[in-house]
Amino acid sequence: MLKILIGRILTTIPALIGVVVVSFLLTRVLPGDTAAYFAGPAATPQAIEEVRKKLGLDRPLPEQFASYVRDLSHGNLGQSLTTGQPVLSDIKARLPASAELTLFGLVLSLLIAVPLGIVAAVRQGSMIDHACRAIVTAGVSLPVFFTGLLLVYVFYFILQISPAPLGRLDVFASAPAEITGFYLLDSLLARDGATFRASFSQLLLPGVTLAIFALAPIARITRASMLSVLSMDFVRTARASGLSRRKVIMTYAFRNALLPVVTTLGMVFSFLLGANVLVEKVFAWPGIGSYAVEALIASDFAPVQGFVLAMAILYIVLNLLIDLSYRLIDPRMRASS
Amino acid sequence: MSRSPGTGAAILATLSHARYVISGNPVTAFAFMLLGLLLFCAVFGPWIVPFDPLASDTAATLKAPSLRHWFGTDALGRDVFSRVVAATRLDLAIAVFSVALVFAFGGLAGIAAGFFGGWTDRIVGRIADTIMAFPLFVLAMGIVAALGNTVTNIVIATAIINFPLYARVARTEASVRREAGFVMAARLSGNSELRIALTSILPNILPIMMVQMSLTMGYAILNAAGLSFIGLGVRPPMPEWGIMVAEGAGSIISGEWWLALFPGLALMLAVFCFNLIGDGLRDIVDPQRRT
Amino acid sequence: MIQLPLLNVRDLTVEFSTRRGIVRAVRNIDISIGKGETLGIVGESGSGKSVTSYAVMRILDRAGQIAGGSIHFAGLDLRAASERQMVDLRGREMSMIFQNPRAALNPIRRIGHQIEDVLRQHAQAGSADAREKAIEALRDVRISRPEERYSAYPFELSGGMCQRVVIALALACRPKLLIADEPTTGLDVTTQKAVMDLILELTRARGMSTILITHDLGLAATYCSRVVVMEKGEVVETASAAEIFAAPRHAYTRKLMRATPRPGIGLRDLLPDENRAGEALPASAPGAPLLTVSALVKEYPRAEAGLFSRFMKPDAAGAQPFRAVDGIGFDIKRGESLGLVGESGCGKSTTSMMLMRLIDPTAGSIIFDGEDIGSIPARDFARHPMRKRIQMVFQDPTDSLNPRYSAARAIADPLLRLGACEPRTLRARVEELASLVGLPGDLLDRFPHQLSGGQKARVGIARAIALNPSLVVLDEPTAALDVSVQALVLNLLADLKAALGMSYLFVSHDLHVVRLICDRVIVMRAGRIIEQGRAADVLDHPKADYTKELIAALPHPPAQPAAR
Repeated sequence: MLKILIGRILTTIPALIGVVVVSFLLTRVLPGDTAAYFAGPAATPQAIEEVRKKLGLDRPLPEQFASYVRDLSHGNLGQSLTTGQPVLSDIKARLPASAELTLFGLVLSLLIAVPLGIVAAVRQGSMIDHACRAIVTAGVSLPVFFTGLLLVYVFYFILQISPAPLGRLDVFASAPAEITGFYLLDSLLARDGATFRASFSQLLLPGVTLAIFALAPIARITRASMLSVLSMDFVRTARASGLSRRKVIMTYAFRNALLPVVTTLGMVFSFLLGANVLVEKVFAWPGIGSYAVEALIASDFAPVQGFVLAMAILYIVLNLLIDLSYRLIDPRMRASS
Repeated sequence: MSRSPGTGAAILATLSHARYVISGNPVTAFAFMLLGLLLFCAVFGPWIVPFDPLASDTAATLKAPSLRHWFGTDALGRDVFSRVVAATRLDLAIAVFSVALVFAFGGLAGIAAGFFGGWTDRIVGRIADTIMAFPLFVLAMGIVAALGNTVTNIVIATAIINFPLYARVARTEASVRREAGFVMAARLSGNSELRIALTSILPNILPIMMVQMSLTMGYAILNAAGLSFIGLGVRPPMPEWGIMVAEGAGSIISGEWWLALFPGLALMLAVFCFNLIGDGLRDIVDPQRRT
Repeated sequence: MIQLPLLNVRDLTVEFSTRRGIVRAVRNIDISIGKGETLGIVGESGSGKSVTSYAVMRILDRAGQIAGGSIHFAGLDLRAASERQMVDLRGREMSMIFQNPRAALNPIRRIGHQIEDVLRQHAQAGSADAREKAIEALRDVRISRPEERYSAYPFELSGGMCQRVVIALALACRPKLLIADEPTTGLDVTTQKAVMDLILELTRARGMSTILITHDLGLAATYCSRVVVMEKGEVVETASAAEIFAAPRHAYTRKLMRATPRPGIGLRDLLPDENRAGEALPASAPGAPLLTVSALVKEYPRAEAGLFSRFMKPDAAGAQPFRAVDGIGFDIKRGESLGLVGESGCGKSTTSMMLMRLIDPTAGSIIFDGEDIGSIPARDFARHPMRKRIQMVFQDPTDSLNPRYSAARAIADPLLRLGACEPRTLRARVEELASLVGLPGDLLDRFPHQLSGGQKARVGIARAIALNPSLVVLDEPTAALDVSVQALVLNLLADLKAALGMSYLFVSHDLHVVRLICDRVIVMRAGRIIEQGRAADVLDHPKADYTKELIAALPHPPAQPAAR
């Protein structure tokens, strides 16, 4: 098992190299002259030339790449012009907020979408099936920032049961002592019910927004793969040998249908991490997405590049986890490695 | 020979099959009507709108929807209805150009990878894997930030992030057919490999790629709108659905819902329309994969 | 005393609702089977034979429903039974095994657990003795080392082994009735015999009744005491196996029986009287060698070694490659028809692909009409003048036609690319070819999906002979066709060979067919030639043990039909 784990971790290396190369290229094709940009708008040609030297932009590309990789290995992603902090520490500080929101949205949508997909497939043609298809088609058409705004309008402005969409906690509450960085978990660990409720009520709307967004692809693939598994020969065999309907659906069909669902989770994560940026902007959520958006507006490029790289690495790790869990479910994958 | 009456009959048969599917599927028919409306707005929009989409009217700012201003007015007194209709052209154009771009590059690269295999396959696969290693919207953000904040770069970024999808679909379909009997038969008939790729592989993959195109059109629209929502690509005062929702976002908390609602609905409708057409086309092309 | 039949199907009608309306897959059929009896249900594709069995088990898919008639099992009315009652009956009182055994097992569940599921469902085992009983069930179907196999997944077992597991699953609860739906289709002939013998032995020992559903009349007649023949959803004849072959009453049975290849008949005997061409087949008189193959080898690298596994295990690179074809040599004479037979994986398809110059041999020579075509890379052979002289008919007629080409365009393709054919005369030539292969001219503008299997096969043949090749490789050309269509196509191929003076390499797994159409035959196993000689000699007096085994495994219907 350890050998497989190491082997699988090794296979992420090409992806990592690709990500580093692409992010390096992105830093070198900044609009206009990179040196002029870093020297500032009022710089003289001499000053620009100096900056160019200092940044090593006068050296050949492979050399620049080597020093870029060296910097990365030291965790140096550059300075943010807006916050004045190293990009890495900014990202570290804001990552838990994004992670909490994304995971909350994902778990919520899995809890709804997977059972919905199963029931829709098992009762093909029923009302639930039609509802599932309608939800799926409408769901993939919803711009995530639009859903967020609608929810804010309905639950904050009209019904006034939701707090103002301004961050993880309202101004009167204080953050729990940091253990995991997830407010829900930290407040539970600190047995602080008030903070838990406050952070939960803030998390609910953005989390639901993300969940609605992720619902459609998960329900769609669950339904489709369940349908295809239900028409397979071994399900017919299971029925012909008199296994109960429950056993056929759960042990035989669902476990097989899970495989494509797990594979699709990679794609869902890709969408979620992107949608996260938009949702953070709508709800002024202090995560790395809104950090990147603020930096973009201020033409502060180092944080944006750091953000892209961090997201890519996070995504590679998530894919690794998905792949390993796939192996746990499917013995054929275990044998082939 | 190839233009024998049989081909005509086949086209007629396909059309009648399409009509049969559409007549049995009012949803698809509805989607095509919606597409017609969108195209009409895209082509004639700027001429038929009641107000100049860029003209501000300080006397009528933030007016709720009325008979005069169907969708209300924004903070500068511009007519939201006119802006929503006028924005159709830009939003559709971004999607169409990016999809056309990725169809040409991604589709051909995928066919080459699937049909020829070997190094071609490895290079195309490596490029696709590298792009897929990023969360796609995040990569698009990075590309537009690096290349510069223009509409052209939105088109390019949207095409790039869709590349793996097209390359993979085309690759799978091509490699499935690489060892098919009819491809081997074409070899025996003396067709060159390139000719086989163009006459035996491409036409058989085309319908599946069309479905893919329709489905990604919606995604491309969403992606472009998302980028402009966070301030990339399209700049104000240019009317575009994403940026209009962004402009209206601040007014939501104070109750001016119409600023964000109507462009958001237009966006949703457009994406919905392409997704429905994609599903409908899939039914025509591949009845087995109906979901 | 008249004993009640175990299963009694009366006046059964099954309907499917499709997009084009209601389709009656089975119409008013009567079938009954007594205790301990073995009944065969025989029919070609679309005859409704499988649907009948699904209806009996009440496992029709949602589109299908029993529209009329009655089904009684051991006195119980199955049409009126509740789903709960049916769940209890299935697996415990009546079981079913299916075609394609590997797909019939849950791919991600250990086979032992799958058997336990059934045992526990029917309260035949508790948690204490489930494992033991599952192993016992495996042992019953002669699976060696059943304790180890208990924990195996289906993908770790061979096709024949999977079918044994499926049988173990079906018989685990000792049901009274077993329905076997094409249980051996897709399995090699020796495996088929082993599986059929096993089924018969077990069901006999347990006094069970068995229904064997098959397209192969010979197989049914060999293993069943009584045979029901179905055509287009109706039962056309029910008789004892011996009677069916000796004195078939219904015209369809006669046609089916005739079309089934078997020893002691000629090619023309396969055809129904009205189709029988007047002239007898001219005896072929093979001339000088056209193609000489010597020391032909094809190696493939072992299972794909990834970059990292090679990196981690440097010695893996030294692993022996797999030899699909291992130094074979033979020749084909002008005007001769050579059969190449063997079970799956014996290297016969690889050999034919090398002769076709679609893949390159690792070593050896292929001399065609004095030129070593084996040394010309497959990549360049498309433009070689020899290309037009070697053509091929593929196994699956559907797969071998470009869905975007009309029949005429498909036949014209080699003429356009390689043929010295004037564009003006192209259509005329295509029509001429179509009439040669018996394809009606009005079908020429149709597309593959608008043609039947037999018509598609004819298009493929017309395309192969369009350039007047000297050698045609026929790769299981009739394996995907119903027997009655196979009979017509085989006769067509023989006629074409005589008329055009071609040589054939006929690749097949079916020894009966090879006997009918080939002058000489080569038996292959594991990449080597086991035996070769005149077809009649090899098949009637095999020398090699393997050939004897193959011939012994063929179904032997009880009585031979009268010659006329």
